[in-house]
Amino acid sequence: MSRFFRVAWIVLRKDLTVEMRSLEIFSTSLFFAVSVVLFFAVAFVQEGRALDGAAAGILWIAVAFAGTLALGRTFERERQAETLRALLLAPADRPAIYVGKLLGIIALLLVTEVVLLPLIAYLFQAGFFSHLLWLAAILLAGTVGYCAVGTLFAAMLVRARSRDVLLPILLYPIAIPVIIAGVRATATLVAPEFDVALARFWLSLMAAYDVVFVTLALWSFEPLMTD
Amino acid sequence: MTVAGFDHLAVSDLSRHFGRRRALSNVTFQATAGSILGLLGPNGAGKSTLISMLATLLKPTSGTIRYGSLATIQGAADMTGASASALRGAIGMLGHDLYLYPELTAAENLTFFAALYGAADPRTDALRALERARLADRAHDPVGSFSRGMRQRVALERALIHGPRLVLLDEPFTGLDDRSVAALTARLRELRGEGRIILLATHDLDLAEGLFDQAVFIRDGRMVELATQPQALRTLYQSVMGQPQA
Repeated sequence: MSRFFRVAWIVLRKDLTVEMRSLEIFSTSLFFAVSVVLFFAVAFVQEGRALDGAAAGILWIAVAFAGTLALGRTFERERQAETLRALLLAPADRPAIYVGKLLGIIALLLVTEVVLLPLIAYLFQAGFFSHLLWLAAILLAGTVGYCAVGTLFAAMLVRARSRDVLLPILLYPIAIPVIIAGVRATATLVAPEFDVALARFWLSLMAAYDVVFVTLALWSFEPLMTD
Repeated sequence: MTVAGFDHLAVSDLSRHFGRRRALSNVTFQATAGSILGLLGPNGAGKSTLISMLATLLKPTSGTIRYGSLATIQGAADMTGASASALRGAIGMLGHDLYLYPELTAAENLTFFAALYGAADPRTDALRALERARLADRAHDPVGSFSRGMRQRVALERALIHGPRLVLLDEPFTGLDDRSVAALTARLRELRGEGRIILLATHDLDLAEGLFDQAVFIRDGRMVELATQPQALRTLYQSVMGQPQA
């Protein structure tokens, strides 16, 4: 394993260990995401019938909101004891530190999605699970893209006084393409007829977004973190 | 760990501005291997800014930092990439905050940092460091449950776990009891004996008495005096700075 991936793994393992001890980020993100889904269920499910096509949108709205919360907290944790400075002091590739943090957020959001999916499927009678591989690919591509941008912005804003306000203001406009693609791709799964070509188109769009923004983040993380 | 060519630290005309505010202005000094240099001055004098620049966490606005023949930082030039990464491997820093994860145990914290610094056997290095800190019996307790003095000892070992040539300490005596202060000063003398270059910023003059080989006095971002083998620090401080130490 090269030094780069070794450092990313060390940071990821540390983040997961800290989270397993406190469950602080996972529990708050999940609680928030489930609350969002329940609010929408009250609004969009009438007499046991859900509004057509709402499920896909609600899934990604819940993921985006929960993700913002998780992104803010994960860097707030590094700021509180100034451990981010210790990470930056290490003789390690700083992009590897970014990758470790990114993988931690992705893992956290994927677990949240695994809990949300059956809940939304039940409340909105959405057949997410008829094409499992497509579902997994769509969720992974969308989550990676959203977290790639979010992790970079959360790291950038860690010393900003209004970071909690600034993060969604900066993140949502940039993340709109991947969220829209995620909603559209997920909607193909719950449509009466599964359109493979359409699903492939939206998935390709998300993959392209992921490549562009992960590359951009790897390139810009080190200069952005050096004051 | 020995770092070839890193036998002294030379700071020349170093300045740092934050917008229009001048945090540090034209600071010049040298520190050699096996010495302790004190950075003395009131709060807000620019000591932490200087330490952050020496640690490569902050770019200078102008001036030069020469890490022996290992590396040179010139003005606001790019500090990214492999050479900066190698330089950071020769620097250990203990800041105001302790840079430890309270949820992790002392052993887990030190193992994490040893691994991050590329140690071949991080776990063994961490346990040895805890023995040096006389905390081997608390290795598996969360750092969040430690007293300030115990956390400070773990944090010092965290800063030293990779055997850095340059050791930067920012107010290391804060919140320590007499016994912890004595242990820390003994450890610093030990590090000096090992040939490290140690820079220590403090405004605790009584605790630092007799510890320094050189002392740099800083006021309002300007270096006002460089004293060699300083004695009676409190009196010297008053005569140099023109005011008693707060």
